[in-house]
Amino acid sequence: METIEHTAVYEQPQPLIAEGHDYGSITDKISSDVLEKKTPKSLFMAFAVTFSLVMLLLLSVTYLFFKGVGIWGIRIPIGWGFAIVNFVWWIGIGHAGTLISAILLLLHQQWRNSINRFAEAMTLFAVACAGMFPILHLGRPWVFYWIIPMPDTMRLWPNFRSPLVWDVFAVSTYATISLIFWFVGLIPDLATMRDRAKQKWKKIVYGMLAMGWRNSAKHWHRYETAYLLLAGLATPLVVSVHSVVSFDFAVGIVPGWHTTIFPPYFVAGAIYSGFAMVLSLVIPVRKLYHLEDFVTARHLDYMAKVMLATGLIVAYGYAIETFCAFYSGNRFEHDMMINRMFGPYGPFYWMLILFNIALPQLLWLKKFRQTPWLLFVMSIIINIGMWLERFVIIVSSLARDFVPSSWAIFVPTKWDWFTYIGTIGFFLMAMILFIRILPMISIFELRTLLPMSGKSNHE
Amino acid sequence: MAQLFHPRSTVISKASIVIVIIVLTSVIVAATEIYRSGYTTGQNVAREQPIPFSHKHHVNDEGLSCAYCHTSVDKSSFAGIPPTYTCMTCHSQIWTTSPMLQPVRDSYQTQKPLEWIRVHDLPDFVYFNHSIHINKGIGCETCHGRVDQMPLMRRQNTLFMAWCIDCHRAPEKYIRPRSEVFNMTYEYPKNQEAFGKKLVKEYNVQVNRITDCSTCHR
Repeated sequence: METIEHTAVYEQPQPLIAEGHDYGSITDKISSDVLEKKTPKSLFMAFAVTFSLVMLLLLSVTYLFFKGVGIWGIRIPIGWGFAIVNFVWWIGIGHAGTLISAILLLLHQQWRNSINRFAEAMTLFAVACAGMFPILHLGRPWVFYWIIPMPDTMRLWPNFRSPLVWDVFAVSTYATISLIFWFVGLIPDLATMRDRAKQKWKKIVYGMLAMGWRNSAKHWHRYETAYLLLAGLATPLVVSVHSVVSFDFAVGIVPGWHTTIFPPYFVAGAIYSGFAMVLSLVIPVRKLYHLEDFVTARHLDYMAKVMLATGLIVAYGYAIETFCAFYSGNRFEHDMMINRMFGPYGPFYWMLILFNIALPQLLWLKKFRQTPWLLFVMSIIINIGMWLERFVIIVSSLARDFVPSSWAIFVPTKWDWFTYIGTIGFFLMAMILFIRILPMISIFELRTLLPMSGKSNHE
Repeated sequence: MAQLFHPRSTVISKASIVIVIIVLTSVIVAATEIYRSGYTTGQNVAREQPIPFSHKHHVNDEGLSCAYCHTSVDKSSFAGIPPTYTCMTCHSQIWTTSPMLQPVRDSYQTQKPLEWIRVHDLPDFVYFNHSIHINKGIGCETCHGRVDQMPLMRRQNTLFMAWCIDCHRAPEKYIRPRSEVFNMTYEYPKNQEAFGKKLVKEYNVQVNRITDCSTCHR
């Protein structure tokens, strides 16, 4: 007689740490990558390339200071060109780090422990790149501090009704909190590095940065409290910063900008692009440093799922934007949407739909979520798609405003491209320096995952 | 293993927090003070001129009106630097042999103007007009100070934008009757606030417009 199998077959989740690791082996692996092992040749080569790109950035910025923003393709009515596109793109990328480190911590998503250090570093460097652009975009970048409220000799006070002023507060708060959060999270690991370093000067440098961490229970108690408080402070920033960035557009009256959907849709887009960038960086580094044991296929899978979810929110945003343009009955909104789809920038619009919405649907397939190279390609596609999204929003809206006599086409110059590529170089160079001199995975937090490693699961 | 850091380094690291705050604060305070000092602004610094011309002597002792020499002050953006002829209206008769006045006589003979050093020099991006101020009842003394008490010309005020704006935002505090603009010893009435508001209205000073950027930066 046949018996019916009553026990449902649940798929055992893959472990968060590969089998066969203990506290010692985790610490050994991560600290020796920095302290003992030889730097991989490919890292040197990557450094050389990114360093030359930083030189290109310096060249472009110097020429910009010398000649002014006219070297870029921005011409009225398109006064916001690449600089603002890149600003929004970079600041969006930063959001993944804060989400991973703060929100996932508060939600007890322990898998974050393997990637939070890396993502936070990425956030910092992305915010640094983002911060450059609005300043470079000023006609007189050297007086950028005029936007800070201070008792100056001009009796000028920033106009607090302007979202550009809110931006300054949002971005600078974001940069500060991210830096402190990252540094506080590093302290116990810096002490590990101090104790494991062989050379005296390394001991001293790590030792000073570790600020006297002695691993006492009191230290841990205070540390945990401080870290949790910082996570609480950083959490609203995940939502607020990109909302404020979206106000730069939503508060304006330009058709295609003046939409209430912008804040949530920008935030979702930010997390979407941020996770894409984390994956674009983590997948090659994981391979190069053989970190497959710690950043497992399950981690990649989770990140891909976050991308899929936020990507669908973004898709919803596009749909609502289109729907509202038609439903509003507003002639300008209506024409803007037609122009966006079929006007001179139409190809970019369809490309962004393809890159941001259509292709990422492949992430429903497990194969695409767990095969590193496929996921890497997907993450690059999403990065490009999110850049195109900002380009389409900013440029196509400005190029076709209310009066046909003031319509124009934006053509980026080589300096636009040099500055943009230069910041990518800066970002990657900073990441390379980071993985070379600091433990790129949080050692002590990773160790807390050990009970979930393959070995313990079977016990 | 020997200790990496000396026990004293705890004190040093804690003290460094305080030191950084003190140093940063002092640097900021020093920078703003230097920026606002006469060294940077030229406030209250007498300039070397071709002739040590004394406004005090000519205005206070001799009783000349400002507009006797600065003839275009009520008609033009520029108050006007008097030509040598103006000097010579008197100095062809008095002090004709004074060595101090030799440059004036030289200028008269060679037809080359005296090169005075400008004391109140606004930046080129400021559109300033003397006549509008004079005609709307802003006295010379309000901006230039008691010139009749200055043996050598100097700036009474910083010429900071904040200083301009303070009056542009509240002209009723500084306005006076048109008949009094050249008066160096004018005293504001006790009810200046009400009186000033009345004058502002009477002279049609457009308070909501004079703080527009484009009023002064065109």
